[in-house]
Amino acid sequence: MKKIIRSATAGTLESSDALVTVAPHENGVVIEVDSVVQKQFGEEIFRAVEETLRALEVKDARVSVVDRGALDCVIRARVETAVLRGEEDA
Amino acid sequence: MLRSMLFLPGNTPGIIINGEILGADAVILDLEDAVAPTEKDSARVLSRNAIKYMGFGACQVIVRINGIDTPYWQKDLDAIIPVKPDFIMPPKVSCAQDVEAVDQYITALEEKCGFEKNTIKLIPLIETALGIENAFAIAASSKRIAGIFLGGEDLTADLHCKRTKEGHEIQYARCRMVCAARAAGVEVFDTPFTDVNDDEGIYTDAQYAKSLGFSGKSAISPRHVQAINEVFSPSLKDIDYAYEVMEAIRIGKSQGKGAVALRGKMIDAPIVARAQQTIDMAKALGLGREE
Repeated sequence: MKKIIRSATAGTLESSDALVTVAPHENGVVIEVDSVVQKQFGEEIFRAVEETLRALEVKDARVSVVDRGALDCVIRARVETAVLRGEEDA
Repeated sequence: MLRSMLFLPGNTPGIIINGEILGADAVILDLEDAVAPTEKDSARVLSRNAIKYMGFGACQVIVRINGIDTPYWQKDLDAIIPVKPDFIMPPKVSCAQDVEAVDQYITALEEKCGFEKNTIKLIPLIETALGIENAFAIAASSKRIAGIFLGGEDLTADLHCKRTKEGHEIQYARCRMVCAARAAGVEVFDTPFTDVNDDEGIYTDAQYAKSLGFSGKSAISPRHVQAINEVFSPSLKDIDYAYEVMEAIRIGKSQGKGAVALRGKMIDAPIVARAQQTIDMAKALGLGREE
């Protein structure tokens, strides 16, 4: 299990990218999504974040995503990088 | 077939997602010079995901990893090898031992991933004076080597000279690279033309590289891809001539002739070999005709 011990970011606010911030949090995962395509893809983005956290075995974290039209695989990459930067052994 | 290879910065999704529609035969996802040291981790995860989930259509995928003198190259390979890119490009390769280090590391990863050995090929980037002098040893150093690639910018810094549009300063390196690659039986790729606004210069530079024997050329701008593809593709005239050569040989053989002439010129083995190369390339490009 990965433990987030510090706030960390990955990605940018450039078009087709997303800025992802992870921060320590107790009792589960909190995900906030702010996207230029919120109406159409908000749920998919949320799910991509959730699945990535699960795959990385992150149980407790606050995750914020500011999306600028990033593809699913880009969002997953940015979440993973932010987690790697914020985890205990980073 | 790699006529054109387009560099894409490995941490810029807005550029990477368009990789397959820019017309290049291959994209080079760059984890080295195009990525700041603080973003190396981010670039390798993004590039890995791009290869794994997006794909690049008919485009082949090359990943330029960081140099073996950095703390990044093994992590780059750990992330990238499992998603099976077509080629890995190790930069600043100066001797056969540099290739061996990368080769051994990839071999272990291929085994771990259950890939057949030597699935992932190497295109070493040669961009130092020592690398140029060792070009043949590098080109012949591993079964993974698909080709060698000349990096003119770093090379001229190492040579203590200025990189110019004319490229006289890399003339020796170009010729040496072609000779080394052909002697080792691998392909050879030319350095990019770096003035992205010079639409005529790219033609001249690519034509010159082709005339020396290069297999293809890299680009740092999508604007150069079409010119490179045009220059490194056989013309219809070349294709017609190649078929004429093969037909003349066929007729000559059927008549039991030891020597065959076409348009008043003797056709010898090198001409036949070049004709066959032209036909093979034309077919690969869909330019072939019914034989």
